[in-house]
Amino acid sequence: MADKTFDWLNPFASIDLSIGERADGIKQWAISNRDLIQPTKRFLESLIIKVEAALQAVPPLVMLAILVLIAWQAAGRRVAIVVACCLVILGLLSPDAWGLAMTTLAIVTASVIACAAIGLPLGILAGKSDRFESVIRPVLDTMQTIPAFVYLVPVVMLIGIGNVSGVVVTIIFALPPLVRLTSLGIRGVNPSVVEAARAFGASPGQILRKVELPLATPTILAGLNQTIMLSLSMVVIASMIAVKGLGNEVLRAMGRLDAGKAIVGGLGIVMLAIVLDRITQGLGRSGRERGHLPWWQTGPVGVIARLIGRTN
Amino acid sequence: MAETREDVIRCEGIWKIFGDKSRQAMEAVLSKGLSKTDIRQQFDCVVGVQDASFTVGRGEIFCIMGLSGSGKSTLIRHINRLIEPTSGAVYIEGENVNAMNAQALRRLRAEKIGMVFQSMALMPHRTVRDNVAFSLEVRGKTEAERAKVASRAIDMVDLTGWDAKYPDELSGGMQQRVGLARALAADPTILLMDEPFSALDPLIRRQLQGTFMELSAELHKTTVFITHDLDEAIRIGDRIAIMKDGVLVQIGTPEEIVTNPADDYVAEFVAGISKLDLVTAARIMQPFAAYVQANGPQDTAAWPVGKPGDKLNELVDLAVGTDHPILIVAGGQTVGVVTKRALLRGIQGRVDAEGRAA
Repeated sequence: MADKTFDWLNPFASIDLSIGERADGIKQWAISNRDLIQPTKRFLESLIIKVEAALQAVPPLVMLAILVLIAWQAAGRRVAIVVACCLVILGLLSPDAWGLAMTTLAIVTASVIACAAIGLPLGILAGKSDRFESVIRPVLDTMQTIPAFVYLVPVVMLIGIGNVSGVVVTIIFALPPLVRLTSLGIRGVNPSVVEAARAFGASPGQILRKVELPLATPTILAGLNQTIMLSLSMVVIASMIAVKGLGNEVLRAMGRLDAGKAIVGGLGIVMLAIVLDRITQGLGRSGRERGHLPWWQTGPVGVIARLIGRTN
Repeated sequence: MAETREDVIRCEGIWKIFGDKSRQAMEAVLSKGLSKTDIRQQFDCVVGVQDASFTVGRGEIFCIMGLSGSGKSTLIRHINRLIEPTSGAVYIEGENVNAMNAQALRRLRAEKIGMVFQSMALMPHRTVRDNVAFSLEVRGKTEAERAKVASRAIDMVDLTGWDAKYPDELSGGMQQRVGLARALAADPTILLMDEPFSALDPLIRRQLQGTFMELSAELHKTTVFITHDLDEAIRIGDRIAIMKDGVLVQIGTPEEIVTNPADDYVAEFVAGISKLDLVTAARIMQPFAAYVQANGPQDTAAWPVGKPGDKLNELVDLAVGTDHPILIVAGGQTVGVVTKRALLRGIQGRVDAEGRAA
C-alpha cells in the first residue's frame, strides 16, 4: 500500500480493510462451536427422518388420496382435481420419482413448520411495533437477497452436511415473506374494529386472538404460501449439502449434463409446488367464498357429516 | 330533569392535546394561557379538546353536536378512556376512570359502557350473534349465557332470525342495528353513541332514530350521543352541548339552545331550525301585569287561553281564530300574555324584546 500513490479519484482501489479475511473468522467460529450445536442437530435430524419415514411408509396411492382429500377440504373440488392430476404426473415421471418427492416433501414440511414457528411471532411483533419493524426489515432484506452460497459454507461448518443444514439454509431464504406478510396483515386490520374490541373490554391478548389474527389470516396464509414456494425453490441448492430428494436428482443430472434427468427432477419439483400452492391458497379463502359455511360443513368432512346425519 | 339528579358521568376540565410535546404544551397553557395557534406554532401540537366539563344525569340523553373536526369524537372517547386526557378526569358513578388499572378499566368497558360507532366497526369474521355477545365473551361468560343474552339483544333491535348471518350479508341499517344490539347486550349503565346514524341514508336514519328512542324510553340508559345534525340532537337529546374547535360553546336544553344561543356560532346553527315544536309559551309571553301597564285595563273574556307549556304550534292554532292576544293561565292564575307580534317573532326564533318586559 505504501508504494502505491493514493489516487483521490479512485480511493477504493488503494484502501484495503481486508474485510474478506476478517470475515473468514466466522468459519473458525463456526468450527469451534460445532460441538455445542450437535445435540440440537441430532434431535432435529431424528425428527426429519421420522417425518420422512412416515411419508415414505404410506403407499403412494393412499398418499395421493390423502392429499387430494386435503385439497378438497381446503380448497374445493376443482382444486382437488388439479392436485390429483399433478400428483399422477409426478408419479409417472419416473419409477422412483414418488419416493424422491416424499423426501423433498419431508424437508419442505420441516422447513415450513420451523419458518412458521419463528416467523409468526416475529411478524406479529413487527406488526405491533414500528421500532421492531424498522430493525427487522433490513435483516429480512439481507436474508432474501444474499446469495445462498454465501451462508452455505458457514452453516455446513457449524452444523455439518445433511438435512438439518438443508432446513437451516431453507429457513434463511424462505422466512422473510412470512414475517413481512404477517406484519402487513396485522397492520391492515381495520383500526375501528380494534377500537371497538377495546371499547367492549377486550385485553390486548384477546384483541390479538379474537380480532387481529383472524382478520389477518388471509394475508398470513399468503405469506405461508410464499414461504412454501421459496422452500421448494431452495431444494436444489440444499442438495449441494447432501440433502436428498428431487433437488439432488437435478444436481446430479447437471453434473452429468443429463438434460433428461434434470427435466424429470425439475418437473417433479414443479408438480409438488403446484400441489402445495393450491392447497395453501385454498386455506386463505374467506368465509364468504365458502358460502358462509363452517369448514366442517364443506368438502369431504361435510359429505361424511351429512351421511352420518342421514343414517341417524 | 328531576331536582335530585344523580350524575352518572362527570367530566372535569378535559384537555386533549395531540402531539409529541403535549405535556409541555399543556403546562404552557396552564401557566401562560397560550392560545391554540400559539400551541401549534411553539409545540407543533394540536388541541383536540379544550377544557371540557359537563355532567350527564341518570337516564339522561346528552347530545354533543358539532361539525367534523370539532373534537366531539375525541371527547366521547375520554368517557371510556379509549383516549387518555392530557389533563382533567372523567368520573363514572363517582369513580375516577383515569385512575383505574387496566383490569378495572376493561371490566368497566365490558359491563358498564356500551358503544356504537359511526363506522359500525362490526367484526366481519363473526356472526351477528358472536358480534353481539362480544363483551360477554371477553368477560369469559358461558356459551349458554352468551346465546341467551345475544338473542334477547337481537330481538330488541328487530333482527330476530338474523343471528347466524355475517355482517357483510346485512344492509347498512341492519348492521347498525347489530351495533346497537352489541352495545345493549351487556345491559350497560351508559351508552356512548358516536354518530351512530350519520352513515345511513335519511329514511333508514329516521327509522333507527325511532328504534333508538323507543329503546331508550324503555331502558333509560344514560346516553352520550354524538351527532353533526342539529335536528337529530333536538329530536333525541334531553340536553345538547354545542362543540366548536374543541370547546363546548353552550350546554342547555334544546329550547334554551334554540331560543337563547350563546354566541353567533350557535345562532347560525339554530337559525334554520323550526321552533314550532320546541319553544313554549313561557318563553315568549310577557307578564300580564306588564301588559296591562303598557296597554291599559283589558277585557280578557273573549281571549283564547293557553298554558305556559304550550308549544308555538299550539299557540298558532289558538291565535288563528281570533284577533285577541292569547292569555296564558297556570294554576287558575293569569300569568302572561302572548301577543301576535311575540308569537310571530317566536316562530322566527327571536324573543321580542319590545313586547316582553322581562
